[in-house]
Amino acid sequence: MTRPKPMGILMLNLMRYAGQAVVYGCMILVIGFFADTPTYRHLEPGMAQIKLAFVHSGKHKGGCRDRTAEELSKLARNMRRKKVCPRQRLPLLVELEIDGKSMYKGELPPTGFRGDGPSVAYKAFPVAAGKHKVAIHMRDSDRKEGFDYSSNTEVMLKSARHFVIQFRAEEGEFTFR
Amino acid sequence: MASIHAPMRVGFELVEKWADKIFTPAWNPFYHLGALGFFMYWIVAVSGIYVYIFFDTGLTEAYDSVEYMTHEQWYLAGIMRSLHRYCSDAMVLFMVIHTLREFALDRYRGPRWFTWFTGVPVFLLLISCGITGYWLVWDELAQFIALRSTEWMDWLPIFGSPIANNFITPERLDDRFFSLMIFIHIAAPLFLLIVLWVHLMRVSRPEVNPPRGLAIGMLIAFLVLSLVKPALSHGPADLTQVVANVRLDWFYLAFYPLLDIWSFGTVWGFMTALVLMFLIVPWMPPMRKVPVAVVNLEECNGCTRCAEDCPTGAVTMQMRTDGTKYALEATVNSSTCISCGICVGACPTSTPFRRRSNVVSGIELPELTIADLRQRIHDTAAKLSGNTRILVIGCKYSAGLDPDEVPNTVKIEINCLGMLPPSFIDYVISRKLADGLFFTGCREGNCHHRFGQDWTNERVDGKRDPKLRKRVPRERIKQFRAGIADEKMLVDGVREFAEHIATLPKPETGPSREDKPENNDAAKTDGYSDA
Repeated sequence: MTRPKPMGILMLNLMRYAGQAVVYGCMILVIGFFADTPTYRHLEPGMAQIKLAFVHSGKHKGGCRDRTAEELSKLARNMRRKKVCPRQRLPLLVELEIDGKSMYKGELPPTGFRGDGPSVAYKAFPVAAGKHKVAIHMRDSDRKEGFDYSSNTEVMLKSARHFVIQFRAEEGEFTFR
Repeated sequence: MASIHAPMRVGFELVEKWADKIFTPAWNPFYHLGALGFFMYWIVAVSGIYVYIFFDTGLTEAYDSVEYMTHEQWYLAGIMRSLHRYCSDAMVLFMVIHTLREFALDRYRGPRWFTWFTGVPVFLLLISCGITGYWLVWDELAQFIALRSTEWMDWLPIFGSPIANNFITPERLDDRFFSLMIFIHIAAPLFLLIVLWVHLMRVSRPEVNPPRGLAIGMLIAFLVLSLVKPALSHGPADLTQVVANVRLDWFYLAFYPLLDIWSFGTVWGFMTALVLMFLIVPWMPPMRKVPVAVVNLEECNGCTRCAEDCPTGAVTMQMRTDGTKYALEATVNSSTCISCGICVGACPTSTPFRRRSNVVSGIELPELTIADLRQRIHDTAAKLSGNTRILVIGCKYSAGLDPDEVPNTVKIEINCLGMLPPSFIDYVISRKLADGLFFTGCREGNCHHRFGQDWTNERVDGKRDPKLRKRVPRERIKQFRAGIADEKMLVDGVREFAEHIATLPKPETGPSREDKPENNDAAKTDGYSDA
């Protein structure tokens, strides 16, 4: 076998380095491209989003009652709380209306293995940008008809606006942000 | 499973052959994917430490500090930020190719299950590092990730209050959140390093640094990318707006669109199934159990060569248990032995220059003992005739040889070329079993058992024990490498060798191939059994 001449080796090495540069170029092209391309569209243009997001506990299922004096005396001093409530809570009934149309109506069950935790509302509704009438109603008691809390507002939503409906238990009212 | 492995393996072989020509086998990136992943890790670590110096963990300060680095101090912090991003992306890319390659080469089942299995948490941790990193910038992309990630997490019934509620209005978020995220973003890579260490626990002589030339090439490439296309942020996060369009980093965030297409529960199910599938792949189906190497204490003199050469660290040395004069004895861990036979090739007692009844090595593969190998060589070589009798010994993971292609040539396949003790080469030539010995294995840098042919070549070249004796005429030996897609190259190589052998004068002395093997005493004088 004949040994390549020094000039041939030099050319071969140059060609190799050129080839490597091309491979490295292709590699950074792929990495540079997929590092931020293609753009992902999460929300269609001209759309906004109304989000229902709050945590609230329904009333205790079955209602509370006062302990009798006999019952209280059987308890340790530090445990003698007069009012006793069943552990389980009622589900929330929530209804959201947008422009007079019911967008959501459903029961939100209490969390926890024993159903003694708060109910969680977290739902998003894409709507077209523009003016909207929003009404929200919630029932947290065992009443059969109607709602315990209701609120409504009129809002002008720009494209991609994130409009959040929350509930403040302390004030007992919904807030719109 | 073989029907999936085979085309993938051929595909890799073709690309790697092409890369061999451009990079040379020593620098071929496909042979250093794991090491390249490590190299990227260190670049990401160093650039991350630099970026952290300027990073401010505040609700608005976080974004501003990243913008300062990108635009004001672009020449250093900006480049570091870009290197941090792109090398992280490269880590995912190299890891994916590394995984596919190990799968194609069937190097994930049997005793190798552990390395595959521990690779899965490596991947999950890496993705977590990337997600938390993007989160820290607190731009629109971070807002998108934060909200979608927490909404997805909230699907699990383990949080008392939804964590997504923290990201729906600006009032709910405070600076402490960034302190938490930076802690996770630093702790996760450190934990990743520990898992990587576990990942390599069953790999002997793991390569964690790529060759210098390849490392320099990679670094230059990423510096160029950082200068040409600096990593940029989206607009600042604004929780009063929905992020409508987002430039996702598809290496880390590719699964986020699924959260819009499927329900959160479905995505959880899909991801869990995917992870479980990867975890159980080594047993789908399990590799056929091959008997592992066995130590014959009567022959083992505790020389340690088998332990040094074992590619998985399955052979270790322990204190002698049989009361002989030797200090150590070899012992085989059956759960990590891959039955490659490299230990047999390393053992100086693996010599065919003995009586048939005594052809036993200090360490043996039950499926092919050295007595079987010698017999196979005798039987195969007996089919040869004429003046250019070529015996080809090749590993079963390299190119096959059609005997019709090259007349008067026979081939013996063994597990790994590293299993071939140098004394057998001497034996074939000195006993005139063949006029030329051609041995071929996997392509350079691509040995299925990692070091097999390297060790054998070093032994032939007198650089590694046990060495091939000087008396063996080197012109009658050919060391060759041919991958499974190189069959034509192998045929051409054997033909060329046969032509070369035909030009050599016939040796005049020495016993013919009909001679009986020597008695046991010969082993003590032939130079292979001396420890």
